[in-house]
Amino acid sequence: MHPPEIESVLDLAESYALLNRSGKTQRDLLRGRTLINLFFEDSTRTRTSFELAGKRLGADVINMSVSTSSVNKGETLLDTAATLNAMNCDLLVVRHGDSGAPALLARKVDAAVINAGDGTHEHPTQALLDALTIRRRRGRLEGLTVAICGDVLHSRVARSNIFLLSAMGSRVRVIGPPTLMPAEVTRLGVEVFHDMREGLEGCDIVMMLRLQKERMTRGLIPSFREFFRFYGLDAEKLAFAKPDALVMHPGPMNRGVEIASDVADDPIRSLIKEQVEMGVAVRMAVLDMLARRNQRND
Amino acid sequence: MTDLIFENVRLLDPAAGLDMAGALLVRDGRIADLGRGFGRPEGARVIDGDGAVLCPGLVDMRAEVGEPGGEYRETIASAAVAAAAGGITTLAALPDTKPAIDDPALVRHLRARGEETGSLTILPYAAATKGCRGEELAELGLLREAGAVAFTDGARAIGSARMMRLILSYAKAFGARVVQHPEEPTLAEGGAATSGELATRLGLPAIHPAAEALMVARDLRLLRMTGGALHFAHVSTGEALGLIRAAKTDGLDVTCDTAPPYFDLNETAIGNFRTYAKLSPPLRAEEDRLAVVAALADGTIDAIASDHQPRDADDKRLPFAQAAAGGVGLATLLAVTLAQVHGGAIPLARALGLLTAGPSKVLGVKAGTLAKGAPADLCLFDLDAAWQVEAGELPGRAQNTPFDGRALEGRVIGTWKAGRRVFG
Repeated sequence: MHPPEIESVLDLAESYALLNRSGKTQRDLLRGRTLINLFFEDSTRTRTSFELAGKRLGADVINMSVSTSSVNKGETLLDTAATLNAMNCDLLVVRHGDSGAPALLARKVDAAVINAGDGTHEHPTQALLDALTIRRRRGRLEGLTVAICGDVLHSRVARSNIFLLSAMGSRVRVIGPPTLMPAEVTRLGVEVFHDMREGLEGCDIVMMLRLQKERMTRGLIPSFREFFRFYGLDAEKLAFAKPDALVMHPGPMNRGVEIASDVADDPIRSLIKEQVEMGVAVRMAVLDMLARRNQRND
Repeated sequence: MTDLIFENVRLLDPAAGLDMAGALLVRDGRIADLGRGFGRPEGARVIDGDGAVLCPGLVDMRAEVGEPGGEYRETIASAAVAAAAGGITTLAALPDTKPAIDDPALVRHLRARGEETGSLTILPYAAATKGCRGEELAELGLLREAGAVAFTDGARAIGSARMMRLILSYAKAFGARVVQHPEEPTLAEGGAATSGELATRLGLPAIHPAAEALMVARDLRLLRMTGGALHFAHVSTGEALGLIRAAKTDGLDVTCDTAPPYFDLNETAIGNFRTYAKLSPPLRAEEDRLAVVAALADGTIDAIASDHQPRDADDKRLPFAQAAAGGVGLATLLAVTLAQVHGGAIPLARALGLLTAGPSKVLGVKAGTLAKGAPADLCLFDLDAAWQVEAGELPGRAQNTPFDGRALEGRVIGTWKAGRRVFG
């Protein structure tokens, strides 16, 4: 996406954020349209967020998760696509454990496909909601220094945020142990730090990533206590960022692993709850825009 | 503490490029002045060196000290006695003990145990993997904070390429060097001597020297991938040294050490199944020994370590293949190194550099220099005094020297730790 497109999504999402706060709905917008949440990976918050967004705009929302789908019975991803296509759904929200799976589906179905997180590739609506949250607080994205911290290697959230924030003119840093840093990550236009204090110096935004527990069993870090000591965000490390730096986390948090509770729950500096709120607004904007586009195509 | 002045000594400090006749003044445990032309303070205790060499206390970057878990072989106290007799005042202790040094508390414990001796600073290595088992990363960050000087699994090679990559990569974040025992474990398994005519004649299971080069080649390639800092311990073959030399030229952060047996002895020392000469890596062919000497001279080798491995008599009183590998080396480190000086292979300053500034630089520590203000860790030795190594008569507990019977020139007269005499 180009900066003007991103701006227009954020502007629309902003209006939905206001609408949601006012308690009103726009149930006629997607009336009669079908949204399928197709989740091959467990997710409560993203699925709920899309479900709520769809319902607030009046769509019929169906949730399919892997445990109830035919995939367990041996159906391939493309068989699933053909089946869904035959059902004439309008919007397909896909979460999959493999990078590129939603893109593959998108080529085979007529519905608009929204990537709700694919493998370690991308999570675009997360980056949009993060951008909206930052923009509401800081009034802009351009010129801000944003640190993305933790398991960058396995994080689709990190990748999407790097792409979006860099496009919008933020300076992006990534901080984490070398074992959790993807190769050639500097080619994405970021600065790499292995020392968190150094990396946080002068940052406006500190974005923490969730550390997947299975990373430990893969042996990429020695222990949670060590991870917290060097890469967990606590008040002492946060003090190295700007005095008014804001803290974000895509959730769900591992308290005491990547973030200390007092930082996560800081009512002034933590944006974590606001991120969830903006998530619904951003997804409403995305559904709205895609539905309109498909309408034009009809 | 009264002032102490060494007069009529040859001051030799490779770190500063210093080699001159002069004097050195110790005040409050530190080097207060050195050189020529400063007065003798009133009341100072005088040591007349009679032309002997005064150099920094030696830094031994690789030794087993028996603790914890191997106290029947050696204790820190007995190792400290042997070290002082060898002129060593700083020693890096290996972590593959029982239990392994893989917890921050154990690192602090070893440091404290060194301080208790009053004569020896112990720089603890910490395990690179939990339990030195080669399976899971140890807590390198916390261990480093506790004072670990570098990371290694000791005598166990880190066999898995994936594990080595992770260790090199992770250690980089904490500015720590990874030390490898360069031996491809599947090739070395069960071997007792270097492969060749002698092992064949004796009918001993052999380790091909390529087991070393293979591991060095692999790890250098991994280092190129990860960045970070790598050190190869007790390198013993010309082929491996050639790889390291080339990697240094390419600018990789790689260092290596060797140990006296690898430049002073060759495979023939095992003679008629002498288990005291069973070492790991095994003593090599003469051409490899010569390659090690050449690498000492050309700077490929950064340090000479004692590679002290205390063994109990019962560990060695076994058929050769079953006997434990390893030899003691603290008391003989200096004199066996000096044999290369007397033999004309390397100059004295270079030899001492390999025992002081070299290992300090590899480990990133401040020891091993005669700088003003530095702790007065000193070694005074007679370059030419002759003596003979005799197993059973060595200082310290363990006596398993591969140099039994070796006639040597160069003997420690005295050793000082922070200005206090601890030997001689």
